[in-house]
This record gives sequence, C-alpha cells and structure tokens, in this order.
Amino acid sequence: MTTAAQPFLSVDGLSVTFPTEDGRVQAVDGVSFSVERGKTLAIVGESGSGKSVTAQAIMGLLDRRLSVVTGHAWLAGRDIVAMSDDEVRHERGSSMAMIFQDPMSSLHPFYRIGAQLSEAVLVHQKVSKHAAREQALDMLNRVGIPDPKTRIDNYPHQLSGGMRQRVMIAMALINSPSLLIADEPTTALDVTVQAQILELIGTLQQEYDTAVVMITHDLGIVADIADNVAVMYGGRIVESGSVDEIFYHPQMPYTLGLLASVPRLDQVRAERLDPIPGNPPSPISLPPGCVFQPRCAYFDRVAGHACQTVRPELLDIGRGHRVRCHLDSGQRDQVASDVLAALAGGGV
Amino acid sequence: MTDASSNDDQVLRVTDLRTYFPVRSRGLLSKTIGQVKAVDGVTLSVAPGETLGLVGESGCGKSTTGRTVLRLIAPTSGRIELDGDDITRMSAKQLVPLRRKAQMIFQDPYNALNPRHTVGTIIGAPFDVQSLNPAGGVRAAVQDLMERVGLNPEHYNRYPSEFSGGQRQRIGIARAVALRPKIIVCDEPVSALDVSIQAQIMNLLKDLQDDFGVSYLFVAHDLAVVRQIAHRVAVMYLGHIVELASREELYSRPLHPYTHALLSAVPLPDPRAQASREQIRLRGDLPSPINPPSGCVFHTRCFRAEERCTVEIPELREFSAGHTVACHFPMLEVIPGAVIEGPDSGLTPQPVPYIRPPSEVISDIAESGSLARAAGVDYVEGPDTPVPQ
Amino acid sequence: MSAYVVRRVLSMILLLALLSLVVFILFSLLPADPARLTCGKSCTPEIIEANRHRLGLDIPVFAQYWEFLKGLFFGRTYAANSPDPVQCSAPCLGYSFKRGEEVFVLIKERLPATIWLAFGAFVLWLVAGISLGIYAALRRGRWQDRTVMGVALVGYSLPSFFIGLVAIFFIIIRFQLLPFPSYVSPFENPLQFLQTMILPWIILATLYAAFYMRLTRNQMLEVLGDDYIRTARAKGLPERVVIRKHALRAGLTPIVTAAGLDLAGLLGGAIILESIFSLPGIGSLAVNSVNDADLPVIVGITLVAATFIIVANLIVDLLYAVIDPRVRLS
Repeated sequence: MTTAAQPFLSVDGLSVTFPTEDGRVQAVDGVSFSVERGKTLAIVGESGSGKSVTAQAIMGLLDRRLSVVTGHAWLAGRDIVAMSDDEVRHERGSSMAMIFQDPMSSLHPFYRIGAQLSEAVLVHQKVSKHAAREQALDMLNRVGIPDPKTRIDNYPHQLSGGMRQRVMIAMALINSPSLLIADEPTTALDVTVQAQILELIGTLQQEYDTAVVMITHDLGIVADIADNVAVMYGGRIVESGSVDEIFYHPQMPYTLGLLASVPRLDQVRAERLDPIPGNPPSPISLPPGCVFQPRCAYFDRVAGHACQTVRPELLDIGRGHRVRCHLDSGQRDQVASDVLAALAGGGV
Repeated sequence: MTDASSNDDQVLRVTDLRTYFPVRSRGLLSKTIGQVKAVDGVTLSVAPGETLGLVGESGCGKSTTGRTVLRLIAPTSGRIELDGDDITRMSAKQLVPLRRKAQMIFQDPYNALNPRHTVGTIIGAPFDVQSLNPAGGVRAAVQDLMERVGLNPEHYNRYPSEFSGGQRQRIGIARAVALRPKIIVCDEPVSALDVSIQAQIMNLLKDLQDDFGVSYLFVAHDLAVVRQIAHRVAVMYLGHIVELASREELYSRPLHPYTHALLSAVPLPDPRAQASREQIRLRGDLPSPINPPSGCVFHTRCFRAEERCTVEIPELREFSAGHTVACHFPMLEVIPGAVIEGPDSGLTPQPVPYIRPPSEVISDIAESGSLARAAGVDYVEGPDTPVPQ
Repeated sequence: MSAYVVRRVLSMILLLALLSLVVFILFSLLPADPARLTCGKSCTPEIIEANRHRLGLDIPVFAQYWEFLKGLFFGRTYAANSPDPVQCSAPCLGYSFKRGEEVFVLIKERLPATIWLAFGAFVLWLVAGISLGIYAALRRGRWQDRTVMGVALVGYSLPSFFIGLVAIFFIIIRFQLLPFPSYVSPFENPLQFLQTMILPWIILATLYAAFYMRLTRNQMLEVLGDDYIRTARAKGLPERVVIRKHALRAGLTPIVTAAGLDLAGLLGGAIILESIFSLPGIGSLAVNSVNDADLPVIVGITLVAATFIIVANLIVDLLYAVIDPRVRLS
C-alpha cells in the first residue's frame, strides 16, 4: 500500500482537438483531475461530452496524425503527453491499462483466450511462454472464470458477454498496472452481469491497490463505486468533487438536470420527468460562453449576458468541490434547493 | 386502468403464446435438430390507455414477444387477440387493415428509418399503406404530427441523417401514432439515447397516451425506465413470465427471487441508499433456450431453489389481487445489506453463434439480393435479439 | 468436420450431375444441328441421318444423357453397329468427330498451359495486390494511398485484350524485346516458356491485382478500426505486431474466398489472353470449338470449368473454417 495520498494520475489542462474538414473539433478542453491509488474517479457525461476521448488521450491511443493533444497527464510523476509513441507504448498495459465497452468485439476472434492473455505478459515481461501461460491461468482464476484450465483454450466466441468482460479485466490487470481506465465497461451487459463485473473490479482494485478511472453515463454506477466524480459536458469538466458532494450538494445546473431526469427505481417520481431541454452541443460548434447555456434554465439570472459570452472558470467552492458556473453561490444554493425539493416532493 | 378484468375490452389479449425457432442442421440434407423456445407460454393483456412494461435481460424473449403479438414473427401456438379480433392465423392481406390499430417503435433510431426517404415520406407512409387521405391532405397531417412530437414542421423535406438520435426517435414515434393506433409496441425505445434525451422521449410517450388514449406494450431492460412509464409490469425469464403485477406492487413488494435479483442489481443514483440496500448477486449466465432447465427455468441460478424446483414447473398464480407470480417459494421479505449468491457456477455452456461459410452467404445474397439480410441482420429488426437462423 | 466434408462432397456430386443435365438439355435446344455440321460439302439427308446415328443423337435427350453418364464411368462406343465404330474410353466426356479426338484427351492436352497461366498470374496478383493494398491502407489518405488507388483504377479499367494487343505490338513487334510467343512446356525449354508466359502473366495479374488492392485496402481499413485492434494497442504491443498478427489475419480472411474462386474461374480458361498469345490452353480450345460448333467439346469444357468452381468453393469453405474458429462446419 502506498503511504502518502500522492495521486498516481494527475491530469492538468488536457485538451484534444481534431482538425477535420468541417473545422477544428475541440473534443476535450482543459480537463484537470487526479486519482490516487486505491481510489475510483468516475467521469460522467453524455455522448459527445469528451469523456472517452479523455481516456484515450491518457492511454496514448489517439492517432497523433489525426489529433492534437496538449496539456499534461502525469503518470507517477512522468508526463505521458510529452512522451514519445514508444515510451507511451511501454506504459500501456504495464503501468496503465484499459477495458472497453463491448467485450464481444474487444477480443480478437481468431486467437484463444490464453494466447491473448500471454501476449500481454510477454510484451512487458521477460518470461518464458510457459510462465506467461501460468500467469494467464492464475489471472483467469482471480477474475472468477470457472474451470480456467479449460477456458484458457477457448476462443472468445465460446464465452458469454460477462465472461468475456472478465477476460478483458484479466488481460488489463495481468501486469498489475497502477491505473485502470474502464470505459463504460458494463454498458453492453445485462444488469445482473453488470453487478458481478462492478463487484469484481472493486475487489481487484483493493487487491492490487489500483487507481480506477470509471467512465460512464450511468449515475447509479457512479453512486455505487466512485470516491470522486467529474461531470463532463461539451468537452469540459463542469462540476467535480467527492461522490457525496456531487449527489447531495450538486451546484451546477447541468448536474442538477441530470439528477432530475433519471428515472428512479427506488423513488416515487412525478408522472412526468423534468428533462433538460434540447440536445447536447456538437463539438464542432460549441457555444462561446458557458457550453451549457443554451439548455440552461437559469442563465437569465446572471447579469450582463455573461453566460452567452464569457467562459466560466472552474471555481473551487471548498471541500474539494469545483463548479463551472456564472451563478453566484447564493443563486446556486437557491437553484439546487429548488430542484432537489421538486424531486423529493413529486409523487405518483 | 390497471384492472385486468376478464371482459373483452382489452386492446391486446395474448393467451399461452409460444414462439419457437427451429434450429436446423446445415447443408442439402438439413433437418430440425432442436428448437429455441424464445417465448414459451406467455399470457398477458393490455387495457385501453394502459402501459404494460415487459422487462427482462437479453435473451428472455421480451422482444420476440413484442414482435410476435404484432405478427412480425409467426407464433408457434397460442392466441393473439387485437381489439377483439383473433389475428393469430390471419394472412398478411387480412392483417393490413388491422395494422392501423397496432404499431411499433424500435430501439435504434439510426437503423429503423430508411436513410433515402425524407421525414415527410417516412411519417406519411402509413397513410399510403392504408390508402387513407386525411382531411387537408397527407402533408398537412404529417406536419401536424411533427409539431405534436416536437419536431419542426419545416423540416418536412429533410433526411433522417440530418437529425439527432432523440429527434429520430421522435420521427419514429410520429410514424407510429400517425393513424391513431390503439396499441404501440415500444421495443427499447429509449435505451440508445442519452439520459437527458431519454426523459424527453418518455414524457412525449406519456403525453401521447394522455391525448390519444393509446396503449403501450413497453419492452425494456431498464427497470427504472419501466417504473417511470408502466402501469403494470411483467418480468420475463427464459421465455416465461415469472411475475406480473401493478407497478406499485412489483417495485415495493416483489415476490419472485429473480425480480428481487434484477431490482437489487440496478445501482441506485444515491450513494447512501446504494450502500445499505438488499444485494443479490446472481451468478452465471442465462441457460440456453434450446435446452432450458427442467422444472422452474430459474432454478439453476436461484438462491432459494429446492428439490421441488428442479422437477415441478411453477404455475403463474395470483398471490394478491392483480399480482401473479410463478414460484414455489415466493420471497416475502427484503434482505438488506447481505450479499446473497446463487448456486450456478457459471458453467452454462454458451450457444455458439453460427457464422456461415462464405459460399452460403454468397448464395443467400444471390437469392435475396440483400447483403444485410444474408449477413443475418435485418433492416427492421433491432440489434437486441439476433435474428434466428 | 469429416461428416461435413462427406456431406459437402455428396451434395457436390449431386450438383454436378444436375449441372451436366442442364448443360446437356441446353445444348440440345440449340438450333445448330451437329449431325449437319459434321457433314461435308456433298451432304445428303442420308448422310446426315447416318451421322446423327454415329453421334448418338438419334435417341431422346434423356437417353443421350444416360449414355453420356455411362460413358463417363465405363467409356462408350460411338456407332457400334457401323463398319468403323469409335471407341471412347472412360472417363468419356464425349467425342469430337470434327477433330477425331476424345474430348477428355483434348482437354487434358490443353490443361497444362491454362494451369501455368492461371497459377503464375495468381501468385503475381496476390503478392502485388495484397502488399500494395496493405501499404495503401497504412498510408491512408496520403499521397502513397492515392497513388496506389489511382494505379488500381487504371489497371482495373483497361480491358485485357487492349493491353494484350498493345503489349504485343510494342514489346514483341516494334522493339523486339521478347521473341514471338510460342508455348513450350517449362520442362522442355524453361527460357522460352518464361519468354512466352511473362507478358500474359503480367497482363492477367494487372487486372486482378487492381481488384485485390482495393479489396485488401478496404478490408484492412475496416479491421484497423475494429475494437480488438484497439485492445491490442492498449496492451502495449508494438504497432508492427498489431498490424501483422492482429490486423492481417482478420483482414485477409475474406480475401481467401475471392482468391479461391478467381483462381478456379481462370482454370476454366482465360479466353481472351490465350487467344491473343496463342497459348494452347482451355480458353483458346473453347473459342475454336465455338467457331467450329464442336458441341461435344463445348459441353466438356463447360463441365470441367464448373467442376473447378464447385471444388474451389468446397476448398475455400474448409480453409475458412481453419482460419476463422467461429465458423463451424457441422
């Protein structure tokens, strides 16, 4: 176990742009966050919020010919953004690893499970093929694959979706990375299988003392496993803080809108939900001021059209809670208590 | 509204519906070697203006049920009554006038719309099919509909690719409600959409129901979404309805162990509540519907299963008014905190997807002229359930 | 697997039988009367009748087909009752009275030239097409990609008879870089063989390579966007391993199908090139036989070419199952 709360991953002003024929696409804009070992940061956002691109930029998976990455991503004190392709490649799969949304298509259909796992060992460790296979077998056991001695010689199509995601997790953790990025790892799975996979990630995280970045759109998953949360919208972090701060003291109108629009399993809600109007912005044409302004119900409370014209900064409001909003603290409290009261008050 | 009386005022009444897909060996001398029992004895009914939620995990047969009641898939046996008419064995021609009464909304707003047709053509298609000429002309009627579902009527001549996912789902809804059907089968209508858009679409469906009194058979895997929109909820597992109750009953007093497991698997967007609730972890995977378990189909993964469950099929019986459950040992208590695990070791053999050798695909393309169909992908079928071979 | 092969072979035989029947009926419906065509200048109805009998055409079509099938397995004798019967030993694909030769023997003599032409071109086009296709895919959108695809488009759109004639005119007649084509077996005179074959190989390969470049490039681009390629990169594999081990194997699989069927198609004779370069292959035999209305030879070639295609189909399917473990042959 690490002694100090020194963050293992510290992202500072990370931006990603894609020059395209339709113009410059600003997919990620000045994102900063950090994760300690053993802790989980959830990045929440809708499609186009830039959450997956952020993850791929950290992993160095973006093609440098097609994208421009600026800022810093410090991995144990070394900046991944400044590394050469080959240096990042050595970190990938050894000190940082990633699992993806669709376990069906993320494994190579032509190679046996064992071969795909051993390959991950052999590229980073100087061991024999036999030793690599032993590690693979041990890892399959740890992720709860029943009868691993047989399964190791299976092809991916012979396993169910949940089993395949377990194999992906085994592959990601086989070199004991200190950072695991999980990009919507359960979205393609059924809820009962999702519960198994989330539990497995949690168990292994404790075992290996791994820093986990969980990318998801599901607020339930955030509540279940996160220590800290970053809410992304239009390529920017619009609110971040501890899981308690975000769920019980949300301040940003977008976060409030999300909480108001999810149907709840455990609560009696009004017959009609209270959705955020409109559509998420296109990264090709982001609004000049606050990215959320066109869908925000409260921008007219801010004097001088600041929301339409001035880009709000991510403001530290204490307790590690940051908000990107022009509303002053009194207005934010007012808005938050209105929304939360409406949520609690409604009933069928 | 939630009163499922035995009067024949139900919009849809399905009795002992079975949909089996034959599993055939390949080649010139092919023979049927088994059956996928996708829907195996489903009985349900939907009252006017009511929403019946049909929930379950992938492979439980919910989508097949939804398609079979519209006769998009031929039923193997059972009875389907649409607004009093028995449509189980009707010919395609006989079905045409009845299609006015029943429509469908699909999961994937990207694939369910023909990319080469304008929005106006797509939404107006039902009028053409039924040879109807609404007062004021089709164009006016379509623009009315567009307005009603929250689309800009001036976008009449645009193509689906010019719309966002949520807007495309609105197009699909406008098409479905064009002829004021009595019932719409909604197959995962919001699961491909972002959270903020999901809520918009659910509100729209609710508004349309209030305005037109349409009924929904709402097929979905998301239990929170179903709770928001359904009046009654049926839970399916491996082709069977295992529990059916009013929304209030099902979510506050679930009886079937599988319903408990499903509910407890959905993480709540509330960290404190999530940390202190009932947790049941089902282990393993869904058994193969080709060779379902004996007795109760859920017994291989059930944490309450006893000897009796492996031999005796539980009947769907009424536990309290309007609340039926198919279980020998219904669960009356909620167990908070503790994690309960089912017995299945996860060794369920997986049905191997059949990938066809190239020659078969080529000959299929030659026959059907459609690459998509030959590849086992159907234009109108959603991606949820693989098209049975 | 073995049960699958047996079943496939059985259905293959059935298919061939059916096909030969169709070919047989089709040719019997043709207005051309072989009995008349084999009759010389001083033709009388009696001679035609006699010829018809000699050819075995004086019985109903289905009886003719039965005779044909019997001949295939046991050989047959044409005009058995006449003073000069003609013996055609098994496997008898028919007898060309025009050439006074058994069809099977005719085809057997012509097959080597066709096989050499087809295989030589096959190797050339696979090597050129696949390697350039991969190269273009890896340089997607850059000038290398555009150049390769431009060349492919040109190669694709040039008809082979045109390049063939131009090549003969410039390379052989005008600049005399190569001697005039005259086919010999490579075992007799390897140099002359190569000098004869090199041009037809290149021309045939150009045509196919252009197609394979595009196919390979598109396959590779599709595969390189697949999720498991991203997984391979996330493991930290060097890019060349990602390409060679992960992308190539998946990307080239569909090419096996195309290549197998194209090769089989060529074994039925590259009609135009064989004629232009006067190669004594199946293709030129087919052309000559059509000109002469030599029906038995045409029927024979049709059946042989069809057999190649059907067998290739089976081989491709089996090969596919070996490459892609998801394909179950049962």
